[in-house]
Amino acid sequence: MPSFRTAFIAFKRAPLLSALSVTTIAFSLFAFGLFGLVALNIRNALERIEERVEIRAFVADGTSIEDITAAADQIKKYPEVLRVDIVTQQEALARAKKELGEFSDVFESAFLPASLDVKLKEGQRDPKTVQRVADEMQTLPFVDDIRFGEEWIAQLYRLRNIAGVAGAALGLAFAAVAVIIIGATIRMAVLARSREISIMRLVGATDGFIRRPFLIEGAIKGILGGILALLLTYLAMRSLQQYLHFETAFFDQRLATIGILFGALMGLLGSAVSVGRHLRKI
Amino acid sequence: MLRFDNVSKIYPRAGDHAALRNVTFRVGKGEFVFLTGPSGAGKSTILKMIYMDERPTSGEVRISGYSSNDIRQSDIPKLRRRLGIVFQDFRLLEDRTAEQNVAFALEVTGAPRASIPGKVARALTQVGLASKSTAYPKELSGGEQQRVAFARALVNDPFVLVADEPTGNLDERATRGIFQLLREINASGTAVLMATHNLELVRSSDYRTLELNHGEIVFDSADAAISLAANGDL
Repeated sequence: MPSFRTAFIAFKRAPLLSALSVTTIAFSLFAFGLFGLVALNIRNALERIEERVEIRAFVADGTSIEDITAAADQIKKYPEVLRVDIVTQQEALARAKKELGEFSDVFESAFLPASLDVKLKEGQRDPKTVQRVADEMQTLPFVDDIRFGEEWIAQLYRLRNIAGVAGAALGLAFAAVAVIIIGATIRMAVLARSREISIMRLVGATDGFIRRPFLIEGAIKGILGGILALLLTYLAMRSLQQYLHFETAFFDQRLATIGILFGALMGLLGSAVSVGRHLRKI
Repeated sequence: MLRFDNVSKIYPRAGDHAALRNVTFRVGKGEFVFLTGPSGAGKSTILKMIYMDERPTSGEVRISGYSSNDIRQSDIPKLRRRLGIVFQDFRLLEDRTAEQNVAFALEVTGAPRASIPGKVARALTQVGLASKSTAYPKELSGGEQQRVAFARALVNDPFVLVADEPTGNLDERATRGIFQLLREINASGTAVLMATHNLELVRSSDYRTLELNHGEIVFDSADAAISLAANGDL
């Protein structure tokens, strides 16, 4: 493949300019990566919190276990519901003792009410759905009270939405910056080789032939920049972890590959725009 | 083979300056033609129109079946592969050896890789530079660099060689060498169109001469010969 050879020769001929391009791409992708990592960890944390979203229906004293089981079966049929656990008075006591530790001996008799603990399916834990299911459960005859922390759920969702929107906006901004930088470095490469390009034209090279090595060069720079950015992001996470005191997640293989491919795509896009514009001028 | 019909070139941005005005001439197969005239007379513009780097404002340039009026952008590289083009400033790639510079012209046309070394060696032999094939342009004299440029122009077996002041940067000795090379190229059947300031060179041979001034052809030795013959002076 002569185009690949030309692209590699271009690297060899201008090692400083190439290194500069790769580093700039790496740093813009690094910024992108850092934000992505923060977003990923926020999402993971939110998912963990979300898993704990639960509706607890306290059952009136004296309700028979048959009635409670029947109610549980009925609730299970709601499409949003993942699981219903029946918590008897004894179990409620045991749980309270466990949660309160040293004060456990305060509780002696079964004064805590029995309850139905309802877990919702993934994607059905937003405030509106939770409220709707809670309202429906409220209509059951022997349900005394319902708790589901409506304030807390609403806040959690607001946080997640803000993180999502901010992530998308900043991500796009960083991607645009990276494309512009790649475009500029390719433009430098095109100008540095304008003489060669004009000679290629004179001896009958097609524009496609002239363009190809630049596109390959852009894509390779994008890939190298992507790999470097991934490395930088990883190192940054490792060094930050000392101060964070909690386990942070890193991109899995799929996300890392997507990130590098995204770098290649940006490199390709930046070169395509730049080469197209400058070929018309030379 | 090559025909200019009433070709004019006007640059609107240069205050409607006409680089060429109603230029009409023909060049036959295997002919050798000098283009002479002062700087700015339009010699380079004519050469650029031959390889379709410039298009006429009016009139038509026809070369090898292509017309300046309807040639597609994608056909221009195909046309150029059949032409040999040489300049005063050689236009070699400084970071490549002589043979790499010549091979370049084949590589960009997508010629089979195996066929390249043989063709390159033949072209360098033709211009008398076989022994310096691995030298870089910097290591060669001006005349030798121009020979590399000629080898590059010849490697695709052009039917016409377009040379824009090829001896403009050379001393007398190198000029004579290059001119001799041009004669040989022409003798092997390739038409040559050479723009030059060197009147001595023009006078030393009896090749056809087109003289330009202010974008117009003011003298064509072919016409002169015809009119002299008609007058019975020849």
